[in-house]
Amino acid sequence: MSHEREPGQDPNTASPDDGKPVLSISGLEVTFATDGGDVHAVNDVNLDVRPGEVVAIVGESGSGKTVTAKTILGLLPETATSAGVVLVNGSDVLSVSASQLRDLRGRDVAMVFQEPSTALNPVHTVGWQIIEGIRAHAGSGHRISRKEAKARAIEALAKVGIPDPGHRVDFYPHQFSGGQKQRVVIAAALALNPGLIVADEPTTALDVTVQAEILELLRELQRKDGTSIVLITHNMGVVADLADRVVVMYRGDVVEEAPVADLFAHPQQDYTKELLAAVPHLGRNSASAGLEERAHSEAEVLVRATDLEVEFPGGIGKSAFRAVGGVSFQISAGEVYGLVGESGSGKTTIGRSIAGLNKITGGSLNVLGYEMLDFRERTFKPLRKDIGFVFQDPGASFNPHLTIGECVAEPLWVHQDPTASGARDRVRDLMDAVQLPGRFVDRYPHELSGGQRQRASLARGLALNPKLLIADEPTSALDVSVQAAVLDLFKEIQTEYGFAALFISHDLAVVDMLADWVGVLYRGKLVEEGIGSQIMGSPRHDYTRRLIASLPVPDPAEQARRRAANRELLTD
Amino acid sequence: MDTTTSKPARQPRWTRLPIISHLRKSVGLQRTMLIIGLILSGILFLTAIFAPLIAPYGYAQASADGANFGAQMAPSAAHIWGTTVGGYDVFSRVIWGAQTAALVIVLGVLMSIFAGVILGLVSGYLGGWVDRLLVVIADAIYAFPALLLAIVMSIVISGGQSNLFGGIMAAAISITVVFIPQYFRVARAETIRLKAEPFVESAKVIGTSNLRIISRHVFPNATRTMPLIFTLNAAESILTLAGLGFLGFGIEPSSAAEWGYDLNKALADATSGIWWTGLFPGLAIVLTVLGLTLVGESMNDLNDPRLRGRRRAGRKKRGGPDMPADAYVNGTGLEVTK
Amino acid sequence: MTVESDKVPAGFGLAKGKKSRSQSLGLARYLVIRFLLIIPTMFILISMVFFLMRITGDPITAALGGRLPPDQLADRIHAAGYDRPVLIQYFDYLGDILRGNFGTTLSDNREVTDILAQYGTATLELVIYALIVAFIIGVPFGMIAAYKRDRLPDAFLRLFAILCYATPVFFAGLLLKLIFSVWLGWFPVSGRTDYLSELSGLRNPSGLYLLDALRAGNMTIALDVLKHAVLPAIALGLLIGGVFLRLVRTNLIGTLGSDFVEAGRSRGVSEYRLVTKHAYKPALIPIVTVMGLQIALTLGGAILTETTFGWKGLGFMLAEYLTARDFVAVQGIVMLIAVIVALTNFLVDVIAALIDPRVRY
Repeated sequence: MSHEREPGQDPNTASPDDGKPVLSISGLEVTFATDGGDVHAVNDVNLDVRPGEVVAIVGESGSGKTVTAKTILGLLPETATSAGVVLVNGSDVLSVSASQLRDLRGRDVAMVFQEPSTALNPVHTVGWQIIEGIRAHAGSGHRISRKEAKARAIEALAKVGIPDPGHRVDFYPHQFSGGQKQRVVIAAALALNPGLIVADEPTTALDVTVQAEILELLRELQRKDGTSIVLITHNMGVVADLADRVVVMYRGDVVEEAPVADLFAHPQQDYTKELLAAVPHLGRNSASAGLEERAHSEAEVLVRATDLEVEFPGGIGKSAFRAVGGVSFQISAGEVYGLVGESGSGKTTIGRSIAGLNKITGGSLNVLGYEMLDFRERTFKPLRKDIGFVFQDPGASFNPHLTIGECVAEPLWVHQDPTASGARDRVRDLMDAVQLPGRFVDRYPHELSGGQRQRASLARGLALNPKLLIADEPTSALDVSVQAAVLDLFKEIQTEYGFAALFISHDLAVVDMLADWVGVLYRGKLVEEGIGSQIMGSPRHDYTRRLIASLPVPDPAEQARRRAANRELLTD
Repeated sequence: MDTTTSKPARQPRWTRLPIISHLRKSVGLQRTMLIIGLILSGILFLTAIFAPLIAPYGYAQASADGANFGAQMAPSAAHIWGTTVGGYDVFSRVIWGAQTAALVIVLGVLMSIFAGVILGLVSGYLGGWVDRLLVVIADAIYAFPALLLAIVMSIVISGGQSNLFGGIMAAAISITVVFIPQYFRVARAETIRLKAEPFVESAKVIGTSNLRIISRHVFPNATRTMPLIFTLNAAESILTLAGLGFLGFGIEPSSAAEWGYDLNKALADATSGIWWTGLFPGLAIVLTVLGLTLVGESMNDLNDPRLRGRRRAGRKKRGGPDMPADAYVNGTGLEVTK
Repeated sequence: MTVESDKVPAGFGLAKGKKSRSQSLGLARYLVIRFLLIIPTMFILISMVFFLMRITGDPITAALGGRLPPDQLADRIHAAGYDRPVLIQYFDYLGDILRGNFGTTLSDNREVTDILAQYGTATLELVIYALIVAFIIGVPFGMIAAYKRDRLPDAFLRLFAILCYATPVFFAGLLLKLIFSVWLGWFPVSGRTDYLSELSGLRNPSGLYLLDALRAGNMTIALDVLKHAVLPAIALGLLIGGVFLRLVRTNLIGTLGSDFVEAGRSRGVSEYRLVTKHAYKPALIPIVTVMGLQIALTLGGAILTETTFGWKGLGFMLAEYLTARDFVAVQGIVMLIAVIVALTNFLVDVIAALIDPRVRY
């Protein structure tokens, strides 16, 4: 890879063959039947994709982007009705016969799925799955022999960078890592060299370092084979990294369509502007900007971990799994400690250990003067009022049978003995603090939106004025614009109440916006610790460097520069 | 306890009751199945309640106005479904049999729900070696033929022969013992699932006591699948009762009417071509079990979004068949994203 | 959504390549552990049955009480050791079972193990026939129902499956007998064969009559055996087949909705292949596991089927001994069934493990 195409240039230079579009959608409407009546998922979408072009469809949940993607392959469920024209290589997906549609799938257009571990059949080898697609198109005269099909499957695996494909073609999906599984899914899509690939959130389920590799792979395919890609994503960084042209969708409508550089530089519509403004951008809005040394370092130490070790027992006959090993850190009163790491790094385990949800198995963890190694629920209980916890999934962290008001009041009833009116007043105050209307106290959790629920979750965490708040990925289940609002609120309340916080996230940019002190976890070890802005600016550990280099920033020009600069870091 | 709030009522409360809410959200075929099931089950319980009014004769009555009915009489005006080998009126015994069946269902299922659910909740929540022991025992019992266990139990309880109350209690207790493991497994599985739910963990983080967590957070959410098992086990208990009766462990004909016992006696009749003594009690069993199973199955489907049928929009269908609609459309948005 | 998992991160490195030694040891270890788990299951069942049967008193009083004078009864109880403390009897019984001694029946004074050997094969033969019927009904129709779900064929098949389950075996048997034996005269009313003397005259009979007849090369007998088997096999097969049908349907619907089936569809694989190849094999793992649990249903059904058709197997004998109140024999047969159940569940788990590559590798 010597030459790198700059996205953000005129897309036509990338695809000189400006012939017929490989995909042409016009007047597409999709309606779903639901319990609550018909829902219009997509309204009047028009879209052309030229050969060799990468078109990103971005939007938040409910925007209709995934539905649009499924329509391109005729994969809508029975409950959907659609109208309009979707031309793939000249045939209208919406009106061809079932067998024509089958011929089209895989040959003219293929799909890459969001979750590679569910998109692969667990009980068949990856080779078998790729061969199924190849042999499905063996009709019209010549049969493809099993041997020939297998050779082509191996070829496809080689193309996506699976080492030793001749051997691994007979492997089962569980024998591959997450990133490799996604490569296999891409290989299966490529097996028949379709001119168009629809990639539905292809990197959302992956860690950011793996995401960088998959994005690189897609870019290479597009560059070498001239494959067109329709990229469905909610991630503006991914868009900036890969797309030539961007279509922004909102509630089933196309809001704006523009070349990638124009969109990021001069968004036309209000929605697009708000969306872009809400995206966290690494290096901007750092909470620790200008800090020279650790803040709050002279304050009381609330949490002190020394060589902390957490092991989970294995099943019968299996060895124990060490989630955290030899981690030392401390959190002082009033400090926001950001803990960042990918899946399996042990960050959640540490947060749960501090809250007494996990037993620790070695080292020492001192929480508010209590040694967690000798944890007993009875003796720890009095300290629980000083610890608040905000969970990742706001939908699941409320008892569906209780109202929001009852949920928020629950800590009061457990630790104090309030009067009914006292509790009611306190809940009112808390709802005000998290900017939720007072009437929400009588609603049930499912009647609130994700962002509202996460605000209520914050209110519950703060009900007893805790000294320490643990927030485990509090915004990663939320849409970008909602995330921005919740983060602002968090920051505001933290300043006002002055509690210490352990903020756990996989997203460096988010952590940097909130935390003054940041720790980077990698496979159960704390590899680096320091002032947020300094870590982001000049990481010392290799892993931190790679992590930062992998994170795409929502700015095409800047991202292209970063990619070029970080090439070596990402490809070793 | 009920502190800051009064309950909001978007929909009247009764619409959230199990069967009614299921009926409201069912469509098409599933609705038909559910309604047929409800009607059949309704007939059973109505027949049981009004048996004395419906049945022309008593269950142990072999003569009227001093005249014997006669054995194995073909259906006639006096005995619309004929008479049995013992000289009883088939129609009356089938009607009275509904009473026995309903009693056994109610007693057996209530007792097993009680024991099974409490054991499952506590065992699942606390875990540890008690839990492990109970699971091994429950699994062992579960794997064992229910009928055999019921036989052993009825030997224990009544020595194998019995009057009305003893017979019904024996059958009900046998069924209880057979089904406790099932309720136990389900309640325990639900509890373990709920224990890992963030809302239970958030109660734990707050410092809520175990008792309060179980009663306020786990139990109300763990009963979701209970109506389903209730109906399926009610169906199974009828089959177990009939099986016991068929093997001669039922209730003596002089104490109560029992369909399985009558079928046992009808077996020899069938060889000589006498069909009415077996057909009607048999059909009564089939329709009862069918009704209860239809209700249970429909509830199961409606609870499981993967199996739940949906209204189809408009006229034209598109795309591959047989896909779960919920992957695309769920309550909040239309997409599966972050 | 980023979910922290407890698993070791696969990261960006390569996942384990070749089948390593420890991985193939994994399957062996799994099988050994699974096999050892049979022991507590059997132990619990045996203990439970023993104590339950003893709560009611000793078997001799149950069988002969009222027919013998009290002093003779007491003598016999003493001779059989039933007047000793229950715990001592229990450990004796456990020891006897370990040595393969299940006791002697009271009513006809035979070794329980003899009865098990003589009638066990008859039950086995019936169960085999019934399972064949059940698979023929359950698997293909379950597939069709899943594929045509919520449409007419599905509605019909589901109703059929529920009816199979809702009809007690003895009622189904009674109807079959009435129609096909009494009215149409196609099949015999009861029994296993009309050529019992010829079959028992064979050297080393297996007890599986069809096998014996075929070994003897006598087609007349083989046909007769088959004719006797048709109705019982259908009665029991329908019961199990209905359950299989529902099992296959539900699990197939589950896997048909999964991403990997959609992925196959997106590559142009035909709907027929998606059902029969892509969705079926992953669905098979839960299907096989739950089918294994149906051994309980099958044996329970076999007891009733044998009684209905005068098929002299374990179930038939069990009913006989129950009527005779011979609880030593009953206990012996129940224990044997407990052993069969535990072994079957083990075998089924082995099969499921062999289908699932995640366990195999």
